[in-house]
Amino acid sequence: MIKKFDKKDEESGSGSNPFQHLEKSAVLQEARIFNETPINPRRCLHILTKIIYLLNQGEHFGTTEATEAFFAMTRLFQSNDQTLRRMCYLTIKEMANISEDVIIVTSSLTKDMTGKEDVYRGPAIRALCRITDTTMLQAIERYMKQAIVDKVPSVSSSALVSSLHMVKMSYDVVKRWVNEAQEAASSDNIMVQYHALGLLYHLRKNDRLAVTKMLNKFTKSGLKSPFAYCMLIRIASKLLEETEGGHDSPLFDFIESCLRNKHEMVVYEAASAIVHMPNCTARELAPAVSVLQLFCSSPKAALRYAAVRTLNKVAMKHPSAVTACNLDLENLITDSNRSIATLAITTLLKTGSESSVDRLMKQISSFVSEISDEFKVVVVQAISALCQKYPRKHSVMMNFLSNMLRDDGGFEYKRAIVDCIISIIEENPESKETGLAHLCEFIEDCEHTVLATKILHLLGKEGPRTPSPSKYIRFIFNRVVLESEAVRAAAVSALAKFGAQNDDLLPSVLVLMQRCMMDSDDEVRDRATFYMNVLQQKQKALNAAYIFNGLSVSVPGLEKSLHQYTLEPSEKPFDMKTVPLATAVITEQKTEIAPVATSKLPEKLAPSRQDIYQEQLAAIPEFQGLGPLFKSSEPVQLTEAETEYVVRCIKHTFSNHMVFQFDCTNTLNDQLLQKVVVQMEPSEAYEVARYVPAPSLPYSQPGSCYSLVRLPDDDPTAVSCTFSCTMKYLVRDCDPNTGEPDDDGYDDEYVLEDLEVTVADHIQKVLKPNFGAAWEEVGDEFEKEETFALSSVRTLEEAVSNIVSFLGMQPCERSDKVPENKNSHVLFLAGVFRGGHDVLLRARLALADGVTMQVTVRSSEETAVDVILASVG
Amino acid sequence: MDSAALEPSLYTVKAIFILDNDGNRLLAKYYDTGLYPSMKEQRSFEKNVFNKTHKADNEIAFLEGMTIVYKSSIDIFFYVVGSAQENELMLMAVLNCLFDSLSQILRKNVERRCLLDNMDGVFLVVDEIIDGGVILESDPQQVVEKVNYRAGSEQAFGFVLLDYITGNMEGQADENPLSEQSVAQHITEKLALTTTVLQSAKEQIKWSILK
Repeated sequence: MIKKFDKKDEESGSGSNPFQHLEKSAVLQEARIFNETPINPRRCLHILTKIIYLLNQGEHFGTTEATEAFFAMTRLFQSNDQTLRRMCYLTIKEMANISEDVIIVTSSLTKDMTGKEDVYRGPAIRALCRITDTTMLQAIERYMKQAIVDKVPSVSSSALVSSLHMVKMSYDVVKRWVNEAQEAASSDNIMVQYHALGLLYHLRKNDRLAVTKMLNKFTKSGLKSPFAYCMLIRIASKLLEETEGGHDSPLFDFIESCLRNKHEMVVYEAASAIVHMPNCTARELAPAVSVLQLFCSSPKAALRYAAVRTLNKVAMKHPSAVTACNLDLENLITDSNRSIATLAITTLLKTGSESSVDRLMKQISSFVSEISDEFKVVVVQAISALCQKYPRKHSVMMNFLSNMLRDDGGFEYKRAIVDCIISIIEENPESKETGLAHLCEFIEDCEHTVLATKILHLLGKEGPRTPSPSKYIRFIFNRVVLESEAVRAAAVSALAKFGAQNDDLLPSVLVLMQRCMMDSDDEVRDRATFYMNVLQQKQKALNAAYIFNGLSVSVPGLEKSLHQYTLEPSEKPFDMKTVPLATAVITEQKTEIAPVATSKLPEKLAPSRQDIYQEQLAAIPEFQGLGPLFKSSEPVQLTEAETEYVVRCIKHTFSNHMVFQFDCTNTLNDQLLQKVVVQMEPSEAYEVARYVPAPSLPYSQPGSCYSLVRLPDDDPTAVSCTFSCTMKYLVRDCDPNTGEPDDDGYDDEYVLEDLEVTVADHIQKVLKPNFGAAWEEVGDEFEKEETFALSSVRTLEEAVSNIVSFLGMQPCERSDKVPENKNSHVLFLAGVFRGGHDVLLRARLALADGVTMQVTVRSSEETAVDVILASVG
Repeated sequence: MDSAALEPSLYTVKAIFILDNDGNRLLAKYYDTGLYPSMKEQRSFEKNVFNKTHKADNEIAFLEGMTIVYKSSIDIFFYVVGSAQENELMLMAVLNCLFDSLSQILRKNVERRCLLDNMDGVFLVVDEIIDGGVILESDPQQVVEKVNYRAGSEQAFGFVLLDYITGNMEGQADENPLSEQSVAQHITEKLALTTTVLQSAKEQIKWSILK
């Protein structure tokens, strides 16, 4: 009989799906039988399954129809069929956000939750908490507390997990269940233990002392659940990181002891935690590395993957610690799981010697087409790191990269390759020509506009300075003929740079420009016309200002200023100098080699930090009329990290004023501070004009107060000053638990560390891509030159970094990198002085006994030159 | 950096899904609302994962910044998704629990047709293993006990018949409306049949014990 039916199945097509052609309307029609008496459990069950299936497929249910079905469903609570009831709970959870008035089932669920049937209780709790809000939660609070400590594990687990979900919504209510959760944590059931630990941690994570106590308790008592152990390890390592506890702390011992746990999951978690700890020594890493080494030969792919992924991370910081595993890693490079093989090879690339590089590269190129883009990016990053380590290998790498560039791949992958090639070009001048050639070839057939424009920009910057710039012109002009508007415009800009730099190419460039002026796109035409006219003038200063070095203002700032200007019509022309400058992007060395979630980062143009400050300050009425914000400093700590009050200061410089923003945090939970002001005593002719107090500073909520200081008008060269600071406030003692303050308070004060204003606060970094051109543009009207002897400095690198950090100017032309084995060096710095005057500095350094430095400063205004020379001296 | 993402939390699982051998969704649950909020993004993620994983049974993959552990059985694929920093073995524990529980409920017939016939049981199993991204239970035996789903061939078989009838009814509702009575009649027949099958099963067990 059964066989016969199976056959029928086959006939109707083995791929048939009973839910395939479900129609939402038909199913909802069927749902009417929910109202029939007696209830037919089997049919109702089938219909509920269909509804859940449809919801799961992403079918959209309107509010009315969902509510109708939901109300019909509530009738099914009359049936005692177990599966049907369980499906009702599922339906409630699925429809909680779609249907209206879901709270109608509260009483039914409460009944099931407290009833005799244990099978219903857990799921009923979870369904109930899904539809409950803060106000209703208080009504069922009593039941929840009972359920948490219930002796049936599934009930207790359900209650704990549901509480955890509700912490986000009603922290204050759930907080009261700590004692019950504490009791549940000592349960014999492993899952209850795990869930209780998780809930306790979430409730206490802001209270470091309580977390420490909890850890002590559980690490001593010992847990049974491997999940709970993993959780404990994570909590312990987080606490270690926060307290910067040494590795002799009991917490570290606990994590290390977990390396000997019988569950692989726990062992791996512990090893991973140790590896991720900052400043771990090779000796402390050794036990973790050896368990990972064992995992490398596991038959389980997931375990091998986990091990090699973690070893890869270790190799980034401590390549020598991983060398012991080289043999095991060698075995993995042919692993059938290509992710594992790739990670093994990239790890070996980091730990292996220079001689093994060629062999590994050959191995990886044999299957690079099979691995996913994410791992290709990992490979590229490994190569990038390798190039820094073994600069001599750049020709092998460059070849490999250009091959990868020709393969298919997504944007992230191509971008990683292009970035890698660009960084090789920057590091090794001798690879520049080959690198540019590969990139030229790539843009011939490149679908990614962003990459094409990026490469064109690079060509414009680097190409004119190569021995034979003319060969790049063809590649660039091809883009003008073939590509989309954005790429064409970028190509025109690049062309202009060739024309401006190379006099012999100028006539040909002008001819090409002429053609671009006939382009169909506005932007391309505009650029071509503009460059054409600039180039025809044949003036170096014009070329420098308009072709090599673009605008250095912040774009949102410019937009805001222009908008402001159009609102208030005036006779005066718009002054570019009033626009806040773009904060120069600090090029950080990328260290992220592991496959991190790069793809999920939104690529939005976030307003810069300074734009945010500008907004904040503009909102304070006392600071109206100060003009545009010129520069905001990095925060300076004015207290130790672990004191009663933590204060840090950010210095905002305006054209004639400075605003000091004090971010204060009160770490005493029994005090409420009011009318907080930081009083400042200047050492020089600075004048404190106004204080803006922070009205109230409750426990652990940061607040800001401000001081406005007028800069001395009569002596513009007085740029440095020391302020002694005292925080003054009214203290009101309060109850640590409720935060309820006493009625009266008393005045008190707290001495902070001194705050210094230096020349760097008056200068904003500006990157001039072509320093030579900018130097000519400013001219020698206010040029001054002086020679200094830096007797205390021993190396050129030290001298360069000292000068850069002292003046707070932007190094140009990569002149902050001193080539090895040289006795002299030239440093180029660029910046803008308060008030909007360009300042350029050229320092010639020579190494003898100490370092001798000849400084030449140029600026469009004399004061700036004097200030810099005075402060250097 | 990435180590910061290891914030201690019970929210381990980002998503769980079951696909058929054409990459179509049979069941999918996304627990992190920030991750693939729209159905379109979810489908394209599933498609991408399926394309990258269905050829080789490699157990683990890393795609779109997620760690994905997977397993296949005949014509269905099970996936558990976690963040890049998640302990891979925890995800494996979830995957194994899901697979073993379903395997018990479906009496080792872990294949598409049988899974679809017992979809209600499958929903309940997933609900017992993960609750909003938190691992609720990892022991398949416990899961099966809690779900207490008496499925298997007889019931599935009953469903087939019911489907057969109702399917017919849906298809040709206009021309050949089947009376409610005849459906009920079919069901009674079916139930009688089920009892006989149960009876014979009991007999068999009895004999196997006696032997």
